Amino acid sequence: MRAEKLTMMANQIGAFFKAQDETAAPAAIADHLKKFWDPGMRADILAHLDAGGAGLDPLVRNAVALLKK
Amino acid sequence: MTLVREDDLGTPASSAEQFVRLTIDGREVSVPAGTSILRAAREAGIGVPKLCATDSVKAFGSCRLCLVEIDGRAGTPASCTTPVAAGIRVKTQTPLLKDLRRGVMELYISDHPLDCLTCAANGDCELQDMAGAVGLRDVRYGYAGENHLVQEKDESNPYFTFDPSKCIVCSRCVRACEETQGTFALTIDGRGFASKVSAGMSESFLASECVSCGACVQACPTATLSEKAVIDIGVPEHSVVTTCAYCGVGCSFKAEMRGEELVRMVPHKDGKANHGHSCVKGRFAWGYATHKERVLKPMIRAHVDEPWREVTWDEAIAYTASEFKRIQAKYGRLAVGGVTSSRCTNEETFLVQKLVRAAFGNNNVDTCARVCHSPTGYGLKTTFGTSAGTQDFDSVDHADVIVVIGANPTDGHPVFASRMKKRLREGAKLIVIDPRRIDLVRMPHVEASFHLPLKPGTNVAILTALAHVIVTEGLIDEAFVRERCESDAFAGWAEFVALPQNSPEAIEKASGVPAAALRGAARLYATGGNGAIYYGLGVTEHSQGTTAVMAIANLAMATGNIGRPGVGVNPLRGQNNVQGACDMGSFPHELSGYRHISEEPARAMFEALWRVPLDNEPGLRIPNMLDAAIEGRFRGIYIQGEDILQSDPNTKHVAAAFAAMECVVVHDLFLTETANYAHVFLPGSTFLEKNGTFTNAERRIQLVRKVMSPRNGFEDWEITQKLAQAMGFAMAYHHASEIMDEIARLTPTFAGVSFEKLDALGSIQWPCNERAPEGTPVMHMDGFVRGKGRFMITEYVATDEKVGPRFPLLLTTGRILSQYNIGIQTRRTANVVWHAEDVLEIHPHDAEERGIKDGDLVKLASREGETSLRAMVTDRVAPGVVYTTFHHASTQTNVVTTEFSDWATNCPEYKVTAVQVSPSNGPSEWQRNYEAMSKKSRRIAVAGE
Repeated sequence: MRAEKLTMMANQIGAFFKAQDETAAPAAIADHLKKFWDPGMRADILAHLDAGGAGLDPLVRNAVALLKK
Repeated sequence: MTLVREDDLGTPASSAEQFVRLTIDGREVSVPAGTSILRAAREAGIGVPKLCATDSVKAFGSCRLCLVEIDGRAGTPASCTTPVAAGIRVKTQTPLLKDLRRGVMELYISDHPLDCLTCAANGDCELQDMAGAVGLRDVRYGYAGENHLVQEKDESNPYFTFDPSKCIVCSRCVRACEETQGTFALTIDGRGFASKVSAGMSESFLASECVSCGACVQACPTATLSEKAVIDIGVPEHSVVTTCAYCGVGCSFKAEMRGEELVRMVPHKDGKANHGHSCVKGRFAWGYATHKERVLKPMIRAHVDEPWREVTWDEAIAYTASEFKRIQAKYGRLAVGGVTSSRCTNEETFLVQKLVRAAFGNNNVDTCARVCHSPTGYGLKTTFGTSAGTQDFDSVDHADVIVVIGANPTDGHPVFASRMKKRLREGAKLIVIDPRRIDLVRMPHVEASFHLPLKPGTNVAILTALAHVIVTEGLIDEAFVRERCESDAFAGWAEFVALPQNSPEAIEKASGVPAAALRGAARLYATGGNGAIYYGLGVTEHSQGTTAVMAIANLAMATGNIGRPGVGVNPLRGQNNVQGACDMGSFPHELSGYRHISEEPARAMFEALWRVPLDNEPGLRIPNMLDAAIEGRFRGIYIQGEDILQSDPNTKHVAAAFAAMECVVVHDLFLTETANYAHVFLPGSTFLEKNGTFTNAERRIQLVRKVMSPRNGFEDWEITQKLAQAMGFAMAYHHASEIMDEIARLTPTFAGVSFEKLDALGSIQWPCNERAPEGTPVMHMDGFVRGKGRFMITEYVATDEKVGPRFPLLLTTGRILSQYNIGIQTRRTANVVWHAEDVLEIHPHDAEERGIKDGDLVKLASREGETSLRAMVTDRVAPGVVYTTFHHASTQTNVVTTEFSDWATNCPEYKVTAVQVSPSNGPSEWQRNYEAMSKKSRRIAVAGE
């Protein structure tokens, strides 16, 4: 899926969880992605991260990286 | 008046708990204090004659037929207006009473057409009945005196006639319009002999403010107000109780029939959602079921450029299955999916998600609730523990402060709005938070204490500012929060909302809401007694829709307005079965009962019963499916009852997605806009033609009963079953009730639900299980479903959709009373007389700046697309805001809306689109091209061609 769109969606999710608890945000964001994004979308955002992750907010980058585990 | 009669007890029931004993005609009876003698008698089986009394409205005491004698009291009081008293002895039939009643009837009949044999109400007329009851044999006054017999009929309303020559001026219609509907469109004009029922300012019914709810028709004891269908067809001979297929109120109706022909739909007095009331859609707009454009034979085609070819059901099903198998073989298991609809029954929806999960072998299933209330699911599950409104509709009778946010109940949920207006007339206060001045802000006998006309997109800022006032002014319900909520989460939330940037003054510029008004509204909600919040898609259809739902839940918890009648958080669901579609596991990430697909124990239950392994990963949501289609990963879709092309945002994007698919299957009543891109069309059945259940906005599960044979040949669940079987997955249901039995086995909140119990109880509000065998009217009474309520931080994040020099106005979209959703049903009824096309509401200042006059054709343009429609210049919208509906396919409203969506659920941001409006000479290029494509796509080949 288009990296630009997924980046925007991921950053929106990031903004919500950052406001809840910045420390816990990466894990919460990753959990949300696992629960609501299909494997293909997760693979695409991971590929985008691996390609440099342009546009991803720092917390979201950390969250996406957690999807590799 | 209804032929298939329900007992009319004459006056409304008393709610008193204390009982009173009295004697009527020698029989000792005991009734609640405050009961009228008329009702007490009728409850005891004593039929006191009456005309102006009916148990849906308060007693009036005008007809003088229900007179009685009471030992020791002088005179002959009207039993409808005389309450019972302890120990009194009442006589309902004496020589004096007989004479008086017969005299009254003589007067009535002396000025009434004696055309009973040819009258539409013959056999269904209370005046006729009363003539018999009082033994009327002649009229001493004759019939030659001055009378009203030559008065002209008013046939302006498409569904009923008003024949003043048959009117007895009993005021039942006037009182029904006032008390039941709350519109006050009718009055008695003139005095004495000149008295007559008048609509509006002596206008026709159609020209008046009458909303055609049918309450007056139902209340009329004669043929004065008669359904045109009864005049055309004749009086019905049997009835079947069923559930309306329009909005989320879920009105119960009696389908009154002659054989398999529907004569009229009459609201069911025992319906617990509507208590005998209705709106113009449910009462009258069912003609689409027999509309000439309904498609009744399956059709297929290899390419959308070709005309449709009618085929047998076997061929259509076999072709569909072979295409899905081919696509999966070529592109992989995940390349197909399905979409179900909130217009379908629970059983149909459950079966579609079963088809996708078990027969397609993936979780690519979604429902149109995606584009309306999916944020409600996420928001309320996070804060309260489950995805549902907390109250029943009756709860509003106990509300002291009613908050309406992003909802327009008088248009979207009219029967519940009537209940709400009744409570407001009784003195409850109202706060409206909406960019538009909706009718509830000020209408006859209703005026909001506060209207906060926020700029579209600033809900979260407003809701958080309300919380700011509640926290900083010490208005928290400390005891409730301490006992019922997570303390750490509360502390963090309270600290957050108290920050200066969340104050009403700080957000005034962004929101456009004066700080003083916002503070006043917050104080009223927090201190005004029982506070009940009702919200709609103006809350959910935003990039922060889920956050706004959480903010609403926060407010309710902070003020202790949860867990008892009169309070709560109440999502007003747009379509008839939004709640049910969500409950049935039609979202890609969760099974029925809101259990995530990755939860091993829940998934294992389904796998064991269905004897197939299920994918433990979430599937694609509708917008994700469309994106994946454009990328070539998603190639086939089965769509039951949903017109994605008309209802989803950014039509060009949706069209491109469907054009990229190899097999689009549309299962519907008509050739929808989506069907223009379809390769298979499977004709659907209407709600009149099938069995099943709908679940309304108050979690009330109600039976939909088949009243006629399906014109397409099958109930919809049968068609899904055929498709599953053709895909190689065994399904063998014989009746929709068997599907509900399976739902009950697999879904803890439905464990106690069955058709048999629904038949016995009339309806059930889930949860229904061992702990609550007859259901749960009010949730979270003793504790939240999740244990402790959880406050969530609701930081306002402005949408990425910005106004600017090119697109300086904000468009927000919505609905109107007479039309329903995409209009596929209501456009094929006489409801078009009220709304023949979508119009664009624009403020006079914005219109003048652009040289636009009322009724002008205008171009509505956004970054995504352009369309043309007519302007309505009105100060109902604020400067800078324009508004329209999406009921008409020709408008193509969603060619303008964007793909911005809610962060948690991808629910589209329909409510905020930056646009420009300018004068126009005709349809946009997109409209012209689409119209041509649509015309070509709808061709059906002649047999043998």
